[in-house]
Amino acid sequence: MAATTEAKTRSLKTWQGINQALTEEMERDPSVVLVGEDVGCPGGPYGVTRGLLDRYGSKRVRDTPISEQVLVGLGVGAGAVGLRPVVEIMFFDFAMIAMDQIVNQAAKFRYFSGQSMPLTIRTMCGAGGPNGAQHSQNFEAWFCAVPGLKVIMPSNARDAKGLLKAAIRDDDPVLFIETLGLLPTRREVPVDEDFVLPIGVAETRREGTDVTVVAVGRLVDRALEAAEALAAEGVSVEVIDPRTLSPLDTETIVESVRRTGRLVVAQEATAPCSIGAELVALAAERCLPQLKAAPIRVASPFINVPTPVPLAEARAPKATDVAAAVRTVMEPA
Amino acid sequence: MRLSRRFEETVHDQFHEGQVPGPLHLSIGQEAVAIGACEGLRVSDAILSTHRGHHHCLAKGASPGRLMAELLGRTAGYSRGRGGSMHVAIPSIGLLGTNGIVGAGLPIATGAAYAMQVQERDDVCVCFFGEGATGTGAFGEAINIAALWQLPLVFVCENNQYVELTPQELHVAGEIWRRGESFGMPGERVDGNDVGAVADAVATAVARARDGEGPTMIEALTYRWFGHYAGDQAAYREDEEVQRWRTLDPLVRSRAALSDADAGALDASVEDEIAAALAFALESPITGPDALAVDHLATV
Repeated sequence: MAATTEAKTRSLKTWQGINQALTEEMERDPSVVLVGEDVGCPGGPYGVTRGLLDRYGSKRVRDTPISEQVLVGLGVGAGAVGLRPVVEIMFFDFAMIAMDQIVNQAAKFRYFSGQSMPLTIRTMCGAGGPNGAQHSQNFEAWFCAVPGLKVIMPSNARDAKGLLKAAIRDDDPVLFIETLGLLPTRREVPVDEDFVLPIGVAETRREGTDVTVVAVGRLVDRALEAAEALAAEGVSVEVIDPRTLSPLDTETIVESVRRTGRLVVAQEATAPCSIGAELVALAAERCLPQLKAAPIRVASPFINVPTPVPLAEARAPKATDVAAAVRTVMEPA
Repeated sequence: MRLSRRFEETVHDQFHEGQVPGPLHLSIGQEAVAIGACEGLRVSDAILSTHRGHHHCLAKGASPGRLMAELLGRTAGYSRGRGGSMHVAIPSIGLLGTNGIVGAGLPIATGAAYAMQVQERDDVCVCFFGEGATGTGAFGEAINIAALWQLPLVFVCENNQYVELTPQELHVAGEIWRRGESFGMPGERVDGNDVGAVADAVATAVARARDGEGPTMIEALTYRWFGHYAGDQAAYREDEEVQRWRTLDPLVRSRAALSDADAGALDASVEDEIAAALAFALESPITGPDALAVDHLATV
């Protein structure tokens, strides 16, 4: 699925990009349905799905009981008999209740049957609201350990729209992870209704020659901010957003790290067994001769997410943390 | 029923000969539930099966040869011999999966039934599960949403008296066939060793579902003749109990309706079919490592 003309754009908030992707794909394909808790009547707890129930009716846009296993099971069963379901798990934390259906069922269907499972599971991660330790977590790496599942984590309105459309059109189960803190952020988004971004392709958001920063989700904007500040210090930072975490675009990342010789990874998740850990392993396996410094993971500390927003924000890594890590890898060996 | 019985006896022999590279959960003694329930189903109707599901697969139209090949780890199997008994899914005939996870078919059944509702088909989904699955959260979630949305879904609890290695008394409170009552879902308990009784009860429930009148809870009482898995000697139960249930063999009971000549002809045709299935499976190459990576994703 190649990206199409991007000539005409419009500034959208991330939630609007998601809403447009859902609307356009439901308009385009009558087999697309949306099920989830509060997705219909109220339009989602943060308004992401507003307007869809009025437009497509309660057959295709359906509020479900609080039944996460059945919620994903609705998607697996419907996907098996001809629909192209989009299932919303309100907070990523709630995916823990549906793990069997995601990991043991959706991700195994093709392996057992040889048939497609065109299921998209949307969920939302991260701190950013007064939601606390059971409504703010980042589990993206857990799902990257599962064969048969794709994992997408967009960092902005443009990618959210283009990649959600790709996920819905894709014949594999896709976990599409939205980030609460990014819902109100803006980026220019192509107006073209066939603007679809390819799954599995990273985007180099800023080119640079001294350090590669691979940033995920909410940390992409912060990495770009750090890169801007560091440019004033004479440090040239390349910022890569993987966008798809599984399958990961390893070639783009390896090429960049081999060229710069330095790697910093930035994520909202905690560090142990994370995407950052995977990227550092990738650099160790494939870029060791070129590495000029030990890679650094910028991550949330290995503690639970507090409920008060100022404390939650204090826990999350900031642009200054990314900049400090870049300065460290730039120090002479 | 005889096909299913002879299929499992044959694969059980193969197991003892070391030809089955995985676990086997035999449904011998329970055939009437699957065959009765699937009797009136269309290809476009869906079923969900369990870890003990060979009889469901055959009743819904799986090829005995390909199913045998799957259990024997052969390339002609439905999952290229990689999945085995608990991991068979044949969407083209409406078999959405046997399952290694107890209770996992219940949420998937709601999804298939929801899709049929959205697509305005008059197809139905029949979800088989054991009495052990009624202890899962998925069971509670599934019956609620099925009743709430009036889904074209028939729940068929195949109560074979044992949940893995322990009797159902240690697992099940109350009466399963009445579990849907407070949801407004009709329930019925049937003799699961009487193929006609199962067929009648399911046919009534299927007709309701096709007419948009929602789900039904059927509990079919039957008995697992063998252990939980091939090799389990089932020392945790009394021989007398097993023998009592064996006298209620669903095959013997249904056979009474046939003339000797018809029964003999049926037996002969089943033997031919089983022999052909086994030959087909054994002629298929044993699956090797080269088949392991395929069919994980449609596009990478």
